[in-house]
Amino acid sequence: MQALVILAHGSHLNPDSSTPTHRHADTIRETGAFDEVKTGFWKEEPSLREVLRTVESDEVYVVPLFISEGYFTEQVIPRELRLSGWDVSEWDSDGLSADTATLVAEDTGQTVHYCGPVGTHEAMTDVLVRRAETVTGDPDVGEGFGFAVVGHGTERNENSAKAIEYHADRVRGMDRFDEVQALYMDEEPEVDDVTDYFGSEDVVVVPLFVADGFHTQEDIPEDMGLTDDYRTGYDVPATVEGHRIWYAGAVGTEGLMADVVLERASDAGADIDAAIATVREATRETQAAGD
Amino acid sequence: MTDVRDEQVDALLDRVAERPVELDGLRVTDDDDGYALETPDESHDGLSEPELREAVRSDHVVPYITNWYFWEEAIGRRGRHRRAFLRHAEAADEHPVPERYDALRSGLETEWGEVVVTATLGADGHRRYEIRHVDDAGVDHDELDAYHDPLSARELSTYDERGRYRPLRTAPSLVSGWVFPDLDGRDAVETLDTIYPASIANWNLEREGDLDVTHWRETAERQTGIYDVVEELPPDAVDWLAEACCVDSQCLKRREWQYDADHDLEADGGTGAFPCREPCSLVVAAARKWTKLEEEETRTYEFELTPSEKEQIEAIVDAVADDRIDEIREADVYEGANRYRTRFLRAKRFDEAGNLAGVATEPEEGHHDDHGDDGDRDDHGDDGDHDDHSDRDD
Repeated sequence: MQALVILAHGSHLNPDSSTPTHRHADTIRETGAFDEVKTGFWKEEPSLREVLRTVESDEVYVVPLFISEGYFTEQVIPRELRLSGWDVSEWDSDGLSADTATLVAEDTGQTVHYCGPVGTHEAMTDVLVRRAETVTGDPDVGEGFGFAVVGHGTERNENSAKAIEYHADRVRGMDRFDEVQALYMDEEPEVDDVTDYFGSEDVVVVPLFVADGFHTQEDIPEDMGLTDDYRTGYDVPATVEGHRIWYAGAVGTEGLMADVVLERASDAGADIDAAIATVREATRETQAAGD
Repeated sequence: MTDVRDEQVDALLDRVAERPVELDGLRVTDDDDGYALETPDESHDGLSEPELREAVRSDHVVPYITNWYFWEEAIGRRGRHRRAFLRHAEAADEHPVPERYDALRSGLETEWGEVVVTATLGADGHRRYEIRHVDDAGVDHDELDAYHDPLSARELSTYDERGRYRPLRTAPSLVSGWVFPDLDGRDAVETLDTIYPASIANWNLEREGDLDVTHWRETAERQTGIYDVVEELPPDAVDWLAEACCVDSQCLKRREWQYDADHDLEADGGTGAFPCREPCSLVVAAARKWTKLEEEETRTYEFELTPSEKEQIEAIVDAVADDRIDEIREADVYEGANRYRTRFLRAKRFDEAGNLAGVATEPEEGHHDDHGDDGDRDDHGDDGDHDDHSDRDD
């Protein structure tokens, strides 16, 4: 028996924080690739501390629904799951390359294949692009369009910017959009000045965040000038200084994210090729933001 | 009348070829003399296969066979917590099979927090489970919203009656008005585990004498990032914390953790069906705030209040702490926490800056800080609205 456990931050204040996590778990559950699919949270229940005991399988693939490597993936999760003898060097990562480490959970005795976060997986680039397709409603979007990946910034976690740069580079390498730019909330180049960085009239802006919340729903739309007050909403696209800004909201809410979770588990040895194909097919029909 | 299906008998024969079958009073063995079949009321030995097949179809034996099949083949032993809970739901270790079957026909109820699980006998000895809110006991099915997918319980348990988010799944504020009328064992446990995550595993670990309790000290010492500070919360305040958060009126889990292994907390741990084995994330987050607040020294303020006004302030604190605000009638000015009466107090006793009796919080500055300390923003900021690195704030 093999189980998948998706871990995320969750929130004591905002129920929407865990919604994408549950949705991706549901999508994967429907493929039947795993005997069990469970979710665990830092701020919700079941807690990281207790999630493994809700799993009956001895073989567990644990995928963190986080954007970057760092405090949560390297310290909090291994500690709370009681992964015996965890040492971050097992990932031998440069901040982007954490893939998998196999450990034993001390309290349950389960074998845990602990995976790197979804945000740094190469398949995440496809999700960013898919987000552009869903927000514009155009499966071929690219020509005549600029593309911005937005991250929080390097203030507290340098790996967070690495993930943004990495995916911006990969989108650029596709030669699909006229221009590609990494932007940040807390440092240069800033998302506030989004229009300064693009010649294209149309710009798709995709925040590399797991869930929609304070930053993606309030800060970023206001900072970009889509609206003066997030409570009054904004159009997609909204016109700002002669550019049409197609603001996509958090990439983590994109249905195809379930695919990245599966890719992580597959890289860690889970036998789920068929499920990956099913998820890619099933999540193709994702509705555009605002629909 | 429950019957036994051929495949159930075939399964029994397959199993008994491997090792003796033994469960709930049924014993079947296969040795050189043939098969032996034993129940509390009858026994046969030296049976040929056809004779065994005949014997298991007697009215008396059938329940033992279908009972065996349900527990060993349908439920199995893989999910040990699940199996333990489902056996608990029909007190399987306490009552003989015929007695249990009689009781299951009319339904056996088990309360689990704010829900009640009713086990009944289905076809061929299978059990069916119904789950509903305890407040809906006795309500007709037609009057309740019916659900069949355990994951529907996620949505049902996310918001309270007033539509407010329930961050604590075990808060006694589960909405009523719904029913899962017909679940199998797996889905019944999945439903309960969605409403009260990990409750069944922890209950069973406790039952087996194997519950891993992590006391306050150990939990506090484990914290890093912005929660590192909770270690400094004074022992008295940990007691107040438990009294504030971990009693029956606020949480249905029974608190098993103490200050540390040698020092119990004075606060009552509650009477819930399932144990709380460690301070939860809500308690840790609240403790962080209290750790900061408890660092403040007391000061002496001088207020002019009438005796009734002092009592009114006490009534307001009680009403908020006990979440009774909604029960206080609009025109009931006899209640200290009545809104109009509170507005009168504010009109009379607060100055323009919102200072009680015109006494500034910071006397030297002469004004009140509306926004509290800087910690407020951090507290909100670390709560998921920010992204994954946010707990390093501070």
